[in-house]
Amino acid sequence: MNAVNSTPVGTVSPKPSRQIEWADPAFLREVERRSGAPVSACFQCHKCSSGCPVGPEMDLLSSQIMRLINLGAKDEVLESEAIWSCASCEACTARCPMGIDIAAVMDTLRMMAVERKAAIADTRGSSFNRAFLTSVRWHGRVFEAGMMALYKLISRDFFSDMEKLPKMLAKRKLSFLPHFSRSARQVRKAFRRAEEEEKKR
Amino acid sequence: MKYAFYPGCSLESTAWDFDKSTRALCKALNIELIDVPDWVCCGSTPAHSSNASLAVALPVINLQKAQAAGFSEVLTACASCYARLRTANYKVNNDPAERERAQRITEKPYDGSVKVRHILDVLVNDLGVREIRKRVQAPLKGLRVASYYGCLLSRPSEVVAFDDSEHPTCMDDLVKAAGAQAVDWPFKTECCGASLSISKTGVVNRLGYRLLSMAHRAGAECIVVACPLCQLNLDFRQPEAKKQGKVSFPSSTWERGDSDVPDIPVVYITQLLGLALGLKPDALGLDALTISADAIATAAAGGR
Repeated sequence: MNAVNSTPVGTVSPKPSRQIEWADPAFLREVERRSGAPVSACFQCHKCSSGCPVGPEMDLLSSQIMRLINLGAKDEVLESEAIWSCASCEACTARCPMGIDIAAVMDTLRMMAVERKAAIADTRGSSFNRAFLTSVRWHGRVFEAGMMALYKLISRDFFSDMEKLPKMLAKRKLSFLPHFSRSARQVRKAFRRAEEEEKKR
Repeated sequence: MKYAFYPGCSLESTAWDFDKSTRALCKALNIELIDVPDWVCCGSTPAHSSNASLAVALPVINLQKAQAAGFSEVLTACASCYARLRTANYKVNNDPAERERAQRITEKPYDGSVKVRHILDVLVNDLGVREIRKRVQAPLKGLRVASYYGCLLSRPSEVVAFDDSEHPTCMDDLVKAAGAQAVDWPFKTECCGASLSISKTGVVNRLGYRLLSMAHRAGAECIVVACPLCQLNLDFRQPEAKKQGKVSFPSSTWERGDSDVPDIPVVYITQLLGLALGLKPDALGLDALTISADAIATAAAGGR
């Protein structure tokens, strides 16, 4: 980690090292089952980390996360900032020699972190997801202005991008009227059922 | 040629110029687009990071609608919609459990047979570069263009790729067909930060600066994209990306001596081809760009 954090690119300061908890042997099985990715096949070649565009911004690199999952270090992984820094670009998935869908593992970890409702390192990512999906649920499509307002309420990240608002409007990139799909009701139903389906997994 | 068209939410708002230019270009090339009736959002990144069942069901609803309207192929312009629709198809076709789950959620069967195509794929593989070259009326002579493909059109290759996933060339071929010069550069499929744009703007600005700086050093005067998020992150956020670049990449790093990147227009491939075909800037929504591409339009109109 020192090599990574000594670069001027990174904005993440190294965490104080702590004793890894070996508490959860079921963690690896759960991640593998839900993501469908054979995390136990990882042999630490670090190809995922070396190609990761946000690696310098992460407190744990993707290969380190794979290792920690294998060690059953649930808290370290689910409380990391790294799972919220992932941009889902899938470079790791495309290049993993063992065919591990690392991006899908990251998705699973984000879901598990939200389900657990404890100590999410960066709530802006999960707030954005919630605001976006709420908008889709209501309108069937994304209503940007409403979604941004909701995001700011949930995340309390009030001031970011406010200076961009006039330009957004001038360029007609933001509308104050929602775009409704006539299938909005069907979408609401699909949301309810999808939530039930997720509980069964 | 006739396709069902799935515009997606970005094309209704932040990327309205991509919508306008795609429709104008397709009209000029005799490609008929019929909107998927009452389409709904594909769920994008928030769905696949929050609820795996929803991430398949939302695209499936749209594919069912296209099928019910009698189409066997759906065309998308947005790279994210494209990737989500392709991924849902891939899952439905390869995992019976996913197919059954999607059916339970949408209350309708779906056989996974509707083909999802990206506009680039259709331009290069259905219409053909040669056909497009024939119709170029205002060649963009001498314009040096970096083609930026991003993530979602390239990875993972078994699901989305219609070109090489690490070194794609289809957009370069279109750039050459438009009479411009395609510059070779190493960041064709690097990530722009995508949806971190809102939750982690600093990350996106740093990644944007790296891309802009590399394109500049490769000699590009213009970047051409086929994704609404790539365009937003590189164009709309370009002024901040450059400011951030000066702070994050001091002269001692590999980006050495190059903090001063000029304004680089970032246009959609549909806008660039539209100009070469002689369409008016207004018809292509060039006024939506933050970094003006008027110089390119004037050069195309007057012939350099």
